[in-house]
Amino acid sequence: MKHFVFRSLPGLLLALALTLGTTARALPALKAGVFEPAQAAPEFSLRGSDGAELKLSRYRGKLVLLVFGFTNCPEVCPTTLATLAEARKAMGADAAAVQVVYVTVDPERDDVTRIRQYLGAFDPGFVGGTGSPDALAAVRKSYGVAAEKVARPGGGYGMSHSSSVYLIDRDGRLRAMMPYGHEAKDFVHDLRLLLASK
Amino acid sequence: MRVGRFLAWATGLLLLTLLAGLGWTAFAPITLDSRDELFEIPKGTWARRMAGDKVEILPDRIDLTLALNDTLLLRNQDEVPQQFGPVLIMPGQSFRLPFEVASTYGFACTAHASGQMSVVVAPTPAPGWQTLQWRWKRWTARG
Repeated sequence: MKHFVFRSLPGLLLALALTLGTTARALPALKAGVFEPAQAAPEFSLRGSDGAELKLSRYRGKLVLLVFGFTNCPEVCPTTLATLAEARKAMGADAAAVQVVYVTVDPERDDVTRIRQYLGAFDPGFVGGTGSPDALAAVRKSYGVAAEKVARPGGGYGMSHSSSVYLIDRDGRLRAMMPYGHEAKDFVHDLRLLLASK
Repeated sequence: MRVGRFLAWATGLLLLTLLAGLGWTAFAPITLDSRDELFEIPKGTWARRMAGDKVEILPDRIDLTLALNDTLLLRNQDEVPQQFGPVLIMPGQSFRLPFEVASTYGFACTAHASGQMSVVVAPTPAPGWQTLQWRWKRWTARG
């Protein structure tokens, strides 16, 4: 019996190698979370920071990166917007086919002038939107975005809000959602794939 | 004499094979298939809720331990949109979220009493002892 075990050890190792050595398979194509099948992104109509009505349909033919936030956001929004600005820069000429849309969750403080000034610090091409609290709540609901007013200890308030970025393709379909924390290169990767896809 | 020499050679070869096998098991890079971890809202969930049935689809908090390259797959088989963790998923739609970086991911989730859903992605074991242990556990777990 002992002899048998000894003799079968190489075989066991071979079996181990074959069993444990798993083969590589392609990762999901996008770095972001993907909706399958993709459906039309919910439309909205808000006051745009560029002075025009802000509707998704304005950007048919472009990829839209849709972000929800507020201009007094201390960390998440500046990080996300800086990342998206970096991604657009890295895309070179293709950046013209990418539109960042920033919808406020804090209409009380974010009017179009403030949003325009705020976004301009990251990328003058970014467009923001605001509207009545009800209109904004309806937009958030249609995307499943959460936002809640939170009192700050020193006075005033902040907003706790969803921090993901929605990727909408050139036909206006909601294709993917990038969770907070991804680097610019991940956005560039996905945007290039979406630009190349139909 | 001949038998003795043969046994010595055979033993040497066996030891060499053993060492090579152990070396491979401990140091060969781990490459993994992408694996889906599926969570599904079954058809009729909304109707059951409307009928007063307390349907619990997800616990207040989910801790998944996934290997790198694993994918969280959320599927809505119900007839109405469902807020499932961090996303709103339409009827018949799925949401596939890949993980490439080891971390604990926290998602705000209004559907949960705690308002929180987390996914824990375990890191790839370091080459050597950790990899050897990882492969052994995986092999023995397969039975």
